[in-house]
Amino acid sequence: MAQVGFDGVTKRFGDTTAVDELTLQVLDGELLVLLGSSGCGKTTALRLVAGLEALTAGRVTIGDRVVNDIDPKDRDVAMVFQSYALYPHLTVAKNIEFPLRQRGAGKEERSAKVKQAAETLGLASLLDRKPAQLSGGQRQRVALARAIVREPLVFLMDEPLSNLDAALRVQTRADIVELQARLNTTTLYVTHDQVEAMTMGHRIAVMNEGRLQQVATPEDLYARPTNVFVAHFLGSPGMNLVEGLLVEGSGNETTGGEDTLCVSFLGASVPLPAEVATDVRGSGPDVVLGLRPETLHLSTDGPIAATVIIVELLGAETLVICRTETGARIIVRQPASAARPSIGDAVRIAVDPEPRAYHLFDAESGLRLGDRP
Amino acid sequence: MTDIGRAGMDAEGGLEAAALVVETHEAEVEAREAGGDTDKTTGDGAGGALARRRRKEAALAYVLLLPALVLFGVFSFYPFFRNFKLMLYETPPVPGLPARYVGLHQIVPTITSTEFTQSLVTTVIFVVLVVPISLILGLALAVAAHRKLKGIGIYRMIFSSTVVSSVAVASVVFGTLLNPVVGLLPWLGINPTPPALESTTWALPSVALITIWQFLGLSFIIMSAGLQSVPDELLEAARIDGAGAWTRFWRMTVPLLSPTIFFGFVVSTIYAFQAFGAIDILIGNSNAVRLHTNVLIYNIVNTLQVSNNPGAAAIMATVLFLIMLGLTVLQMRLLERRVNYGR
Amino acid sequence: MAAETASARHRRLRTLGSYAFLTAAAIVILFPIYVTIVNSLLRPDQLVEQPPPLVPTSPQWHNYVAAWTTGSMSTYMATSAIMTFAIVAGQLVTSILAAYAFAFLRFPLKRTLFVVCLATLMIPLEVTFITNLDTVTSLHWFNTYEGLAVPFLATGFGIFLLRQAFLQIPRDLQEAAQLDGYGHLRFMTRVAVPLARPSLAALGVFSFLAAWNQYLWPLVATGGQTPLNTVQIGLKALLGQQVSQIPISLAGAVIAFVPLLILLLIFQKQLVRSLTAGAVK
Repeated sequence: MAQVGFDGVTKRFGDTTAVDELTLQVLDGELLVLLGSSGCGKTTALRLVAGLEALTAGRVTIGDRVVNDIDPKDRDVAMVFQSYALYPHLTVAKNIEFPLRQRGAGKEERSAKVKQAAETLGLASLLDRKPAQLSGGQRQRVALARAIVREPLVFLMDEPLSNLDAALRVQTRADIVELQARLNTTTLYVTHDQVEAMTMGHRIAVMNEGRLQQVATPEDLYARPTNVFVAHFLGSPGMNLVEGLLVEGSGNETTGGEDTLCVSFLGASVPLPAEVATDVRGSGPDVVLGLRPETLHLSTDGPIAATVIIVELLGAETLVICRTETGARIIVRQPASAARPSIGDAVRIAVDPEPRAYHLFDAESGLRLGDRP
Repeated sequence: MTDIGRAGMDAEGGLEAAALVVETHEAEVEAREAGGDTDKTTGDGAGGALARRRRKEAALAYVLLLPALVLFGVFSFYPFFRNFKLMLYETPPVPGLPARYVGLHQIVPTITSTEFTQSLVTTVIFVVLVVPISLILGLALAVAAHRKLKGIGIYRMIFSSTVVSSVAVASVVFGTLLNPVVGLLPWLGINPTPPALESTTWALPSVALITIWQFLGLSFIIMSAGLQSVPDELLEAARIDGAGAWTRFWRMTVPLLSPTIFFGFVVSTIYAFQAFGAIDILIGNSNAVRLHTNVLIYNIVNTLQVSNNPGAAAIMATVLFLIMLGLTVLQMRLLERRVNYGR
Repeated sequence: MAAETASARHRRLRTLGSYAFLTAAAIVILFPIYVTIVNSLLRPDQLVEQPPPLVPTSPQWHNYVAAWTTGSMSTYMATSAIMTFAIVAGQLVTSILAAYAFAFLRFPLKRTLFVVCLATLMIPLEVTFITNLDTVTSLHWFNTYEGLAVPFLATGFGIFLLRQAFLQIPRDLQEAAQLDGYGHLRFMTRVAVPLARPSLAALGVFSFLAAWNQYLWPLVATGGQTPLNTVQIGLKALLGQQVSQIPISLAGAVIAFVPLLILLLIFQKQLVRSLTAGAVK
């Protein structure tokens, strides 16, 4: 049983606050990804769990133990560093064995565990090499082996894939997920890469400027970002965010005469789907409207007039980047099969008429409207 | 330390370079430490354990530093500061009498005495004899050996070899070479009277010759290291542009090497200022020409051991210290400028 | 075709010229050593022969025996070896400890103390020996191994050099070891010191050279008394005025030079590294 808890955790370095009142639970056996851009405090949060930094305020718990005052070595956590932190003068076997030597394990027990960990990670044939003789991927696996050989309560991983090339990263991503599932060890995984986060995390905790923005499963995070930051941060390219105004409209033929809630933005006024309207009625009227590029399409009768400024081919899809008459930049993501406009073309953009296409945020607080607490 | 060691160490000393490193590293640590300090003030229960860990770490640090600091205190700083006290006391030339307090009155007579000024002049002449020649020879050898030729490693080894020769070995070797009855000189018909080491004209240059030979290895090593840090592409580019070997040397190599040459200049000057062994072994106190080879350091040792006046020796040692300090500061200044150019 | 041959010939001439210059320089530099070796194997009467013999036709090896025994070179070598070993070991240990503190530990006055250590490099022996002589005498260390070695057991240069080496070690390694339960002392011996081996070798060679070749301090700290003295002071004593004494003193010089020659042959790289540590950066 080893959940990890942050309870109002704050860490300040001089005048800068790296982690601000972080409260978060990592469940037993869970792989939780701390996601954020560099300097957002995610690595500091990880180091607070390891005990490599001391907290300014709050409590960190591992299992049911408050570890604030516990020495790093007594916390029973293993960390995989971004640089792998392999000892250059020791062989792979000695590197893997290193954590065990301090724990009073007998020689035979040690070599058995080293062998097992090496086999798990496919390092059996490399045990006598030095780190300098290994490829990046192999070094990364040695670092993992050194972490698992300890059989710790918690794995802490600090951007472990960032030094690998793209192809290897995809492969290793899957390997780590599999390994974690098999060992069922609580894991706190830090990354700035949203694809990594989305593909690996059971849940993702998004951080910005030391504050936790949202914790949710990858699906929820994408479907219902809790604020403007998360909305924009997740997705590639990120959500289009435009200023809008909620307007109570009178019924017309398309709505069957019922009153509708419209959002007017970029010189257009669009009625909101009924589900969305129910959720957000009474808020605003100033809002930020978020539209994911894939929920937009070019359509001759679309409500938004724009000019194409860039067309990016991504193979399966095309990104059409437009500028509206009001000067806003809007990215439309369409399948490669769709008709491709040319630069300078005047186009009209339409929003998919589904509830999931509309993300509405309070203009002032940036918080999602209609979010049930 | 020997002359070599000392010279090397002073040169390495590069307080400035070290200070730069301290700055950059310390900056990041600083941030952490500052963070740490806030922990104490917030003191929310974590403070106690943390402060204890901090104290343990600091205590360990002081224990690790203790041996070095004690040794430095006793054998570097204490004698350095005690010199200032010694200056104020004069020991009478008659043995057995206690030193008496004379305040600052000993300083001016000591540094204006003919013996001291002559000694200073002798030192300067000695430095002028040693420094340029050993640097030029070292540079010439380094340039010659900076080619990819078969067996160049052996030549480089030979050229570096004199760096390990001690002053006593060098003195015995050259003492024999300069001997008026043994070996080469008489055969070559060079038979000066008095012999070189007893001639007021040739004694100092003879000692300088030994010092040059001894310093040549270090000079070569320094210049070679400098040459190796000059990017080959630059010289190749110049070559493609049609510059001849001579032009390349003067227009490219020498300017690019100027920091190294300056470093060599400071090292060799400090080295020359400390040349003591060769004079002690080959000239000695009984020699009639001793006043002509009475360089500063030799004068200091004599003042202490023969005249038995620590006060006067301390005054002269302080002058020597100031000269070396000046050289080091000069080096720092130029290094700073070079660093700034580099950025 | 013709042009190519000409340029090839030009290049060959240049190479030949290079070799000629290098060889000439090597001969000039080695000449004193060669003459010393030859003369150390001559009979005293051969020394004054005209022209001087350039090869020892009947090598007098007993000159070396004489230098070693009656010339007391054996005692001098032993004294030098003990003193040098003590200084090298002492400098390595004190430098490792202090450099580790400066590189890995947090403590008040860190920066100040580091500057203090570096400042010792500005205070040469020529300034300190006056008082050090009194200190050593009052500790009853005059003319003893302690008196020869103890003042040199710590070096600011070594601290500087090793601190640089330790700072190259990624902080991650220390943190990883910390998580694995390794305290500072174990991390120092298991990781930091092994990783700093090149710098340790450079410092060791440098210290050896400096200690072995010391002259001024052994002279004053022993009052120049023999035979308990270092090789360097011993050579001065061996250098007699009579011609008959010359081959023996030369043999002594060769003996004194041998350990350093071995040092140079084995550790040339480390030596160059330490000697140019401040020059090219």
